[in-house]
Amino acid sequence: MTIPFDYETLRLIWWTLLGVLLIGFALTDGFDLGSAALLPFVGRTDAERRMVINAIGPTWEGNQVWFILGGGAIFAAWPFVYAVSFSGFYLAMFLVLSALILRPVGFKYRSKKPDAGWRSRWDWALFVGGLVPALVFGVAVGNVLQGVPFRLDSDLRSFYVGTLLGLFSPFALLSGLVSVSMLVLHGAGWLTLKLEHGAARDRAQTYGQVAALVALVLYAAGGVWLAMGDIGYTVIGAVDPMGPSNPRLAVSVPAAGAWLANYGAHPWMILAPVLGLAGPLVALAGIRGRKDVLVFAGSSMANLGIIASVGLSMFPFILPSSIDNRSSLLVWNASSSHMTLFIMLLATVILLPIVLAYTAWAYKIMFGRVTEREVGLNPDFY
Amino acid sequence: MIDMAVVELSRLQFALTALYHFLFVPLTLGLSFILVIMESVYVMTDRPIWRDVTRFWGKLFGINFVLGVATGLTMEFEFGTNWAYYSHYVGDIFGAPLAIEGLMAFFLEATFVGLMFFGWDRLSKRGHLLTTFMVALGSNLSALWILIANGWMQHPTGAVFNPETMRMEVSNFKDVIFNPVAQAKFVHTVSAGYVCASVFVLGVSCYYLLRGRHLELAKRSFTVAASFGLLSSLSVVVLGDESGYALTDNQQMKLAAIEAMWETEQAPAGLDLFGIPSNSAHETAFEIRIPYILGLVATRSITGEVTGIIPLVERAENRMRSGIIAYDAVERLKVDRNDLAAREAWERNKDDLGFALLLKRFVADPRKADAATIEKAAWTTVPNVPALFWMFRIMAGLGFFFIAFFATAFTFSVRRQFDRKWFLRAAVLAIPLPWIAIEVGWLVAELGRQPWAVDGVLPTFLGASSLTRGQIWTTITGFTVLYGIMAVIEVRLMLATIRKGPEIYEGNDDGDPAPERAPATTFTAIPAE
Repeated sequence: MTIPFDYETLRLIWWTLLGVLLIGFALTDGFDLGSAALLPFVGRTDAERRMVINAIGPTWEGNQVWFILGGGAIFAAWPFVYAVSFSGFYLAMFLVLSALILRPVGFKYRSKKPDAGWRSRWDWALFVGGLVPALVFGVAVGNVLQGVPFRLDSDLRSFYVGTLLGLFSPFALLSGLVSVSMLVLHGAGWLTLKLEHGAARDRAQTYGQVAALVALVLYAAGGVWLAMGDIGYTVIGAVDPMGPSNPRLAVSVPAAGAWLANYGAHPWMILAPVLGLAGPLVALAGIRGRKDVLVFAGSSMANLGIIASVGLSMFPFILPSSIDNRSSLLVWNASSSHMTLFIMLLATVILLPIVLAYTAWAYKIMFGRVTEREVGLNPDFY
Repeated sequence: MIDMAVVELSRLQFALTALYHFLFVPLTLGLSFILVIMESVYVMTDRPIWRDVTRFWGKLFGINFVLGVATGLTMEFEFGTNWAYYSHYVGDIFGAPLAIEGLMAFFLEATFVGLMFFGWDRLSKRGHLLTTFMVALGSNLSALWILIANGWMQHPTGAVFNPETMRMEVSNFKDVIFNPVAQAKFVHTVSAGYVCASVFVLGVSCYYLLRGRHLELAKRSFTVAASFGLLSSLSVVVLGDESGYALTDNQQMKLAAIEAMWETEQAPAGLDLFGIPSNSAHETAFEIRIPYILGLVATRSITGEVTGIIPLVERAENRMRSGIIAYDAVERLKVDRNDLAAREAWERNKDDLGFALLLKRFVADPRKADAATIEKAAWTTVPNVPALFWMFRIMAGLGFFFIAFFATAFTFSVRRQFDRKWFLRAAVLAIPLPWIAIEVGWLVAELGRQPWAVDGVLPTFLGASSLTRGQIWTTITGFTVLYGIMAVIEVRLMLATIRKGPEIYEGNDDGDPAPERAPATTFTAIPAE
């Protein structure tokens, strides 16, 4: 089979698709995580909590597939990233998975019994299922920016020397909080659209304003840290973008401030952090001006801009090693083979539009605000 | 050297999480199609009882489905967390079906399952039926792709090792997808899921018939389950995946181990009905053997030979010697990728590289292995014979039992004899059996693959992540506690829902949902909640 794109192009496409998947996850399941984290606070009565749950109930499951697909696609297109990051962040992954496992069960089982204690326990389980993944994802991104303590031997087996507590450095915690505030804002944006007017929706908006301000300040602080702190890596010498996927062929070293170098070389990239800063402001303006769509648009912009800015800042790094200068995973040396990247691109080009079409249809069918009356009457509601 | 305790703990964790995940998946696979059948009858006949029947089983489907999804999350990432070197070594091939599974199957089932539950009043009848069908299609497509991935581990075709990247890479993706082992496994596995769901629906219906409750629902469900179950139980046995066993050395080893056949017999080989095999003595005591059957079944011919374990071990020893040359060539190519002599030695011996890797269990550098070590390593290619021998017989025995069971049920349903107490009781007692057959079937397939993660390519012990025992104990304990709690809650909710029975929904095509109401067909000691 002749492959119509060269290896470099396919690697770039798959780096972009990796971003698309992560952003797709944040834009869809992100508001489910945010709404779940807000659940015990936005809903004071059982009826209000059921409204929050049913605002995400019919669609959260499809949204979560972005996360699962993220795992599968990283496996298929960036096997080194899949192997090194998930085994390295071993206990953190366990935390995320345990928290995420609580969600499907919590949604489905919570309202199966009238018992208040039962329901309250599930509400807090859902809160954990929303907050913990949001926090750990952010912490993980912070660690990736700082460099991860792993090395590859000549068989390309990876060895990780960090600890679970070591993941929670000040910078990583800052990233974690950016992630939490950004996703809580997104959850508030979604609840603004989906809840009927009333006390619960008002509370969601109040928390949304706080989250927007926190996201704005902390994200800006993260940018300053990257500029002034000692974070960043750079590649020494040339790397063949068409070369074999063997990370030991490239040399990289720590370089303070290097994560901002791309913006000097490619000024268009500044669009991403600008979106990341403008998003929370737009959402704030939406809440203040009672423009519901603007709130959700703003929180979506924030997610898009913040995630894209991380990827663009690090390019061509995907996972820098902090302990070995011949192990860092780059776009040019950590991908699948030329053939696999092409086959997976074909599969994506055919299947993703179909997925987007029926997802849009599902949202259309479930369009409209969730009302307390409907929640009380419909036996199929959570 | 590899810490074997880490490897064994990783295997234990994978087995626990996979077996647990696979408690829920088969019911999802089958019940989704049973829902499609029931709802189709509703759409065609327009009788509200069929809608109630569909929604009742749908409720049980939902309780089960979420745990399949929840535990599936672990599976998607477990290759990376616990089997990092495996993920690197074969991710180029193995990752693709997993990603396609997400794109083609998970999105489909997960998006439509929301509509299936929330959309009764928002969709037309046909629209809702389509939604239910999409859920069934999605979950079954997911089985297809994961079994293409698993089939490749059993019979790795369409891939070659690349010394420059130290991993297997795709050479022919068509071979990966149309892998005969994968295709056979898919049919076998989904049929097993259909049997599982049929036994479940039949058993619960018989419970209602015994109690004299919800008779309208019970009789209809009985009929659907009996016919669907009969077809599926035939399919699961007839289209069992034995057909793939003759393909390669390692698949042959699995077959020989299942049959505890130490020496090659003259064709066609006999089949042991009973025996006590021993891995250390290399023999099977107290054999009761039916002549000819194995050869006929395994090779589909009278003349085809089924190779025994001892000759297969000798073959493995030879491949190990050639594998050492391949290993040496790879090491030389690491130093100088333009070393022509090494390249040539590699090309001649590359198919046996995996056999040299088996030696790493005993020596860090396979090139330093002496003859005794090679012989010892060759014997590690024999899986656990007694376990395979017996588990296969449990699975196959249950398979034949299900055919008889559903044939009986089908006869009763055709004759409208829903009052045979002995059968009703037996059907309730039979509910756990398909789960036993399925879990044992998984063990046969995966224990039979040992010592390989990928047959002939990568030994299991090399695939594990570089973790500490403490880390794995932490997650094993964590998952066990979490999964244990979930299991208790799930079973309780299932039982409560079954005890409560179906709800009667009023025809509400005007979009106005009906409030919950006590079931009308209750003549029982147990009060409706």
